[in-house]
Order: sequence, then C-alpha cells, then structure tokens
Amino acid sequence: MALFILSIILVTSLALYALMAVWAERKVSAFIQDRIGPTETGKYGLLQTFADILKMLQKESIVPTVADKALFVLAPIIVFVSVYMGFACMPFAPDVLPSAANVGLFYILAIISVEVAGILMAGWGSNNKYAVLGAMRSVAQIISYEIPAAIALLAAVMIAGTLNMQDITLQQGILSPEKTLSMGFWDVSSVGGIFSWNILRAPHLLIAFVIYFIASLAECNRAPFDIPEAESELVAGFHVEYSGFKFGVLFLAEYAMMFLVSMIGVVVFLGGWNSPLPNIGSLALANWTTGTVWGIGWLLSKTLFIVLVQMWIRWTYPRLRVDQLMTFCWKVLIPASFVCMALSGVWKLFVL
Amino acid sequence: MHGTFGCVEIVCFVNYKLKQLKIYFRLLKGMLLTFKHLRNGAKRRKSFDIANANYFEQTKGTVTIQYPHQQLAVPEVGRYQLDVAIDDCIVCDLCAKICPVDCIEIDAIRATEEFGRTSDGTPRRIYAAKFDIDMAKCMYCGLCTTVCPTECIIMTDTYDKSVADISNLNYSFAEMSAADAENKRQLWEKLQAEKAAAKAEALKGNTP
Repeated sequence: MALFILSIILVTSLALYALMAVWAERKVSAFIQDRIGPTETGKYGLLQTFADILKMLQKESIVPTVADKALFVLAPIIVFVSVYMGFACMPFAPDVLPSAANVGLFYILAIISVEVAGILMAGWGSNNKYAVLGAMRSVAQIISYEIPAAIALLAAVMIAGTLNMQDITLQQGILSPEKTLSMGFWDVSSVGGIFSWNILRAPHLLIAFVIYFIASLAECNRAPFDIPEAESELVAGFHVEYSGFKFGVLFLAEYAMMFLVSMIGVVVFLGGWNSPLPNIGSLALANWTTGTVWGIGWLLSKTLFIVLVQMWIRWTYPRLRVDQLMTFCWKVLIPASFVCMALSGVWKLFVL
Repeated sequence: MHGTFGCVEIVCFVNYKLKQLKIYFRLLKGMLLTFKHLRNGAKRRKSFDIANANYFEQTKGTVTIQYPHQQLAVPEVGRYQLDVAIDDCIVCDLCAKICPVDCIEIDAIRATEEFGRTSDGTPRRIYAAKFDIDMAKCMYCGLCTTVCPTECIIMTDTYDKSVADISNLNYSFAEMSAADAENKRQLWEKLQAEKAAAKAEALKGNTP
C-alpha cells in the first residue's frame, strides 16, 4: 500500500516537475538570450506550461493513415514507462525507498535502455523519413553513449563495492556503516558532508562524474547531443508525427529522463540524500540536516541543480555533427572512462 | 631507420594534445558567458528612448519590449497612418489619382460658388461627399501626401490600429451627410440646368 501511494505521488510529481521544468527551460533560454520568456500567464508566466498542456490535451490525437498503428500508439507508453520504472530503485531518503534491490544500478541501466526501443518504435511506426532518421540517430547515439556512462558508473561502483543504490548512498554520509575515507586518507565517517561524497572519496571519480554527466546528456537526447531531434535538419526527429496527448507523454518522458539520469548521477557520485554540510567540531551540521524530509530535500535540490546545468549547457553549445559525436564517444569518453575504472581498481587495491 | 618514434614526434604529439586541451577551457569560457547573461536576466532595460543620454550605456539585461505595456518612442513626424484634415481639402483628386493601390475613394460634388478657403488661402469649390481611405490596402508609400497641394493629407505617428473587422480599416474623412450631399448635387445640377437654359435662350435669341 505504501509503495502504491509512493508511486502515485511519484507520477504526479513527475508530471508537475515536467511542467515546471519546461517553464524553467523557457525562462533559462530566454535569460541566456537576453529575452524574458513567458510572462503573461500567471505570475512570472508560471502557469504558461499548464495552459500549454491543457491546450495539448484538447487536441485531436492524430494517427497517420500509413503509420504502423500498434507501434505508433505503444511507443509513447513504452518510452514513458521505461523512464518511470527507472525510479523504482531510487533511494529518496534514508527510509523512503521503493525497492532495495541489490542489483539496483544494474536494473536502472537496463531499464533505461528500453527507452531506445520505444524511440525506434515511434520513429519506425510513424512511417515518416524524418522520424526514422531521428530514431536511427537516437538509437546509434544512445547505444554508444551508454558505454561510457555505464563504465563511469562502474568506476564508482567498484569503490562502493555494491550495486544497491541505498547502500551506495549510505556509504557517502554520516550514516555509513563502514569507515569512509575522503581522498583515501582522511577518515570522514563522523564528519560526513560533501567530503564523504563519491566524487571526493577518490579524485578520479570527479572525472568519472564528468564523463557520466556528458554521456547522460547524450542519453536523454539533450543538446549539444540533440541530433535525434535536430530541429534544423529533422523537423522534430522521432516525434514529428505525434500530436495531442501522445506528444505530451513523449515530452513528459523526455523531461523525466533528464531527471532520472541526473538523479542517478547524484545518487552515485554526489551523495544522494546526504547533506553537503559537514560536522565541524560541536557544530554537527551533518547530523542536524540528515533525515527523511532533509533527505528528500537534498536529493531533489541536487538533482534539480544538475537538471539546471543540463539546460544551461543546452543553451550554450551548438549541436555536434554526427561524426564528431561518435568520435567524442569512442575516442575520448570511452578510453577516459576505462582509465577511470582501472584507477578505481588500483585505488581499491592499494589505497582503501 | 624508418618508423622510429623519435623525440620530435613525441614533442609534436604532446603539443597537439595540449592544443586540444585548450578546447575544454574555451568550452568553459562559453559557459561563463551564458551564465553572465542568465544572471542579468532579472534586469530590465528601463528606457527605450534613443533621446535618453544613457541609451547606449544600457548593455546589461533583457532587451524585450513588452509591446502594449512598453513602447518604443517614435518620431513625431513618423509616417504611419494617413490622416486627412477635410477642411483643408480642395478635392482636387490628385491623391486618388497617384495612389498606386487605389486605396483612396473620393466622391466630388461641385459647389455653385466658392464656399470657403483652406488654411493656406486656397479657395474651396468642390465638396467631398465621400473621402474614404482603405488602410488595409494602403502600402504607406506616401505619394498622396507629396502631391497634395494644400497638405491636407498627411502621415501621422499613429501606427497601432488593430481592428477586429477589416472593414473598420476603411477610414471615412468626409463630414457631409447623405441628404446634404444630395442637396448640394441638386443645387449644382440646377445651376447647370439654368446655365444650359440661359445658353439655349441666348442661342435662340441670336438666331434670326
């Protein structure tokens, strides 16, 4: 029953988050380009996306006559469900956890890959050349970028020694059941805070985090890796034929995916629900700011910060060419992530 | 020996890789630039009047003009909507003739005598029963204003004339009522008839 309520809360807050994220994205892009973005609907234009979604829900849901109807209708559901299922193993707070699976991270990586199938179904089912091109690019890109992302995560998992998301989080704070070393020499078991996060537990994990972050941008088709939905080339990519509610679901899935990949990064590298404030002598900031409400707050604020950085990056960099994209993945990110993983092994053997 | 990986090659390779590293710093520079704009997003430019002394000092903040609330200052002598001072019009029809898109429609009625003078002293001898300008057709060339001998048709600094119905863009400048126009027309016709009669009388009288 508790799980059911949690899942209901999760799906509604995801929808709310997606609406606010679209609004935030429009505001961020506007400010970066010296514009002001939506202002008229609600205070600061806050209700703009609500108005947009209301309009979208009233639109006719068109299925093209030449489309593969089953694939076309199923695709948005598969895309969204695969992203949504990824949240099943996410620890939200010390005692809020949908599933304490021991293969948590592995499960999440696997379930995210299902999204590719949904995107390919959307592209193929649309029977539209732009959609197919977008889907093919998307598949090529996501499959390539899953490798550095997974290897970078593995580098952290090797240090942690577990795939359980809750255990990974626990190790990065004051609630850690075992000794936590910052940078391999400083015992921070009772200090906690930012020093016990994985990015500072071993210096190369900071690089691993950057690699994961870049790869995660590509995994959710975000700029500068947005060639699957490159507006100037492919109209809208795989979702060009979608309208109304189905388009809304695809859009929701895209923003939920941003949130999910950011959350994985936060849980594995940035301490999850752990407080960034360390204990300083009798000033036990870490102890005071750890708990269920604090935990959810920290996790969400860290994740939303990463989402904000994703938006910031999107409105800064131009889109990569497809060959640059693949070169960057196979010649830069993958070797770098393997080096990180090897360093993790060395670190585990000789430092910890 | 060929194929040796000598010192020169190593130095070149390292140099090349270092140059590549610069790219990452440049990427960071770009991020900082966009962050600066993001930070200034809350700032709004106050004044949009170019006559303002610090117009070019305002380099930060958003540039959007929220049109109905904020407006760009336009020159007083702006050449936007047409306006006619009908009391100065001598109904010479020059504007209607020169209009490339025929958006001016004039119905002229001759007066039996000079009925007034324009502000520049030109005698008025023709009534304008109808003086319509269809601003939906107008292409804002301004030719009508140049040919007007009394400068009664001018372009004004009004530019926002949104209407819900396109027929509202047809501006009527004539002030005559239909009855009045009919009256004047009959007067003119009567005068013509009288003249014609007088002429016929004179002709009759001349013939032996």
